[in-house]
Amino acid sequence: MNAVVSVIGRDAVGIIAKVSAGCAACGANISDISQTVLHEYFTMIMIVDIRNLTISFDEFSDQMSELGKKEKLDIHVMHEDIFNSMHRI
Amino acid sequence: MLDARDILETLNMIREEKLDIRTITMGISLFDCQCDDPKKLCPRIYDRIMTKAKDLVFAGDEIQKKYGIPIINKRVSVTPIAMMLGGCSTDDALRVGKTLDRAAHELGINFIGGYSALVQKGFTNSSRTLISSIPQVLAETERVCSSVNVASTKAGINMDAVAEMGEIVKKTAALTADRQSIGCAKLVVFANVPEDNPFMAGAFHGIGEPECVINVGVSGPGVVASAIRRAGDCDLTTVAETIKRTAFKITRVGQLVAQEAAKMLDVPFGIVDLSLAPTPAVGDSVADILESIGLEKCGGHGTTAALAMLNDAVKKGGVMASSHVGGLSGAFIPVSEDAGMISSVECGALNLERLEAMTAVCSVGLDMIAIPGDTPAEVISGIIADEIAIGVVNTKTTAVRVIPAVGCKAGDRVSFGGLLGSAPVMEINRFSPVKMISRGGRIPAPIQSLKN
Repeated sequence: MNAVVSVIGRDAVGIIAKVSAGCAACGANISDISQTVLHEYFTMIMIVDIRNLTISFDEFSDQMSELGKKEKLDIHVMHEDIFNSMHRI
Repeated sequence: MLDARDILETLNMIREEKLDIRTITMGISLFDCQCDDPKKLCPRIYDRIMTKAKDLVFAGDEIQKKYGIPIINKRVSVTPIAMMLGGCSTDDALRVGKTLDRAAHELGINFIGGYSALVQKGFTNSSRTLISSIPQVLAETERVCSSVNVASTKAGINMDAVAEMGEIVKKTAALTADRQSIGCAKLVVFANVPEDNPFMAGAFHGIGEPECVINVGVSGPGVVASAIRRAGDCDLTTVAETIKRTAFKITRVGQLVAQEAAKMLDVPFGIVDLSLAPTPAVGDSVADILESIGLEKCGGHGTTAALAMLNDAVKKGGVMASSHVGGLSGAFIPVSEDAGMISSVECGALNLERLEAMTAVCSVGLDMIAIPGDTPAEVISGIIADEIAIGVVNTKTTAVRVIPAVGCKAGDRVSFGGLLGSAPVMEINRFSPVKMISRGGRIPAPIQSLKN
């Protein structure tokens, strides 16, 4: 069972490290990362395995958006099913 | 593995193009509340609604968080209240209306639908009681929505009901004159009303429905308009294909949310309503879609054809995406709730006659249209009769939700706030249908009703 963590914000040193550390602290195992920088804006999509979360999905989502606020990044966590529903028949 | 482009497309739909789930509506049967003592009826109805829907708002919020998609409204629809009013007085009916309102406030939902009657073939005593109480109920409650089905393809048009509803709309406007006649924004007159519609103000829990059910209404006009713009300079077949693909994706989200809500609440999943429902927010407009197809302004010549294509493509895309499709399912064209429609009215591109033509090819009817406050009741009945006839003859749902805003004349503006938006008061044709309306009786069912 996966979740998608999307991160958007102004490019800066250490974004991946901070978001990864946030995931690790909650027991979310990163299985894929793709990222681009376009016009100074950083966009990253992480697929994380949430089967072994140490906290609830709700709390994980809240913690990641808190991290986003602290680091001036837009971080959202969404369950993968919404993407699977929309893009897979 | 998920594709990054697909993920970005979904994120863009939600964040930039305002994709949302417009409503999770729980339908609740009230038949268990029947009793011969009007005093016991209200507590029974209240307890029933509070028990069944106690977790509705919580479930909606949880799903919103899990999937990252806004779920704008959580609502309840109930058995048409006329069926609960056997032996009751108008005062009893008012008490039931207030009970529904109290339940809606307690649950934290913004509307409760079902203060309704089905009178396509004639009135029962209880439907008369209900209809006569509508103005006062809508004036003295905040969240109760009312609807009356006055016609069907099978039964024809109950013109006595059409005449009466003209009066009821006027009275409702008068009793809520201090709030820009907002009562009328919560009152819909239908032909061929669907019994599983999750959208307000016309939602009720039909008599063939189970004890309790979850219906979901999706939205997404902004997503469709953007997709058409991205498709660029292509022919109309490609435009229709683009709409279909987009509608499919939107509806899949509706299906996911509906299934999840049904599971969480331990209630059967009913239907997904495929409607494109606009909001007053810029970029969330059905008029924008029509203009992105290539009209200078919504309402100009070509509008009906563009809307017909849009409505059809939405259905074709959506129907494969959901196991059960129902409700109204098509494009909504409410004036006050759609910034593009408002702009078209204000610049003179869109008038009442064009709107009527558009309703022949889309899913609802004359919706959220402000008309001058001095419009006579029989003219409102005439507007209703025309619209209802389109539905009856074409075997489709049509409806009228007009607001004769007291004290306002054509060109003024009325504002209801929130999702109900604001509307320019539209000019109407003032030649009188009074003789025809006062004849009463029933317009017989059209020949296409004889299908057996």
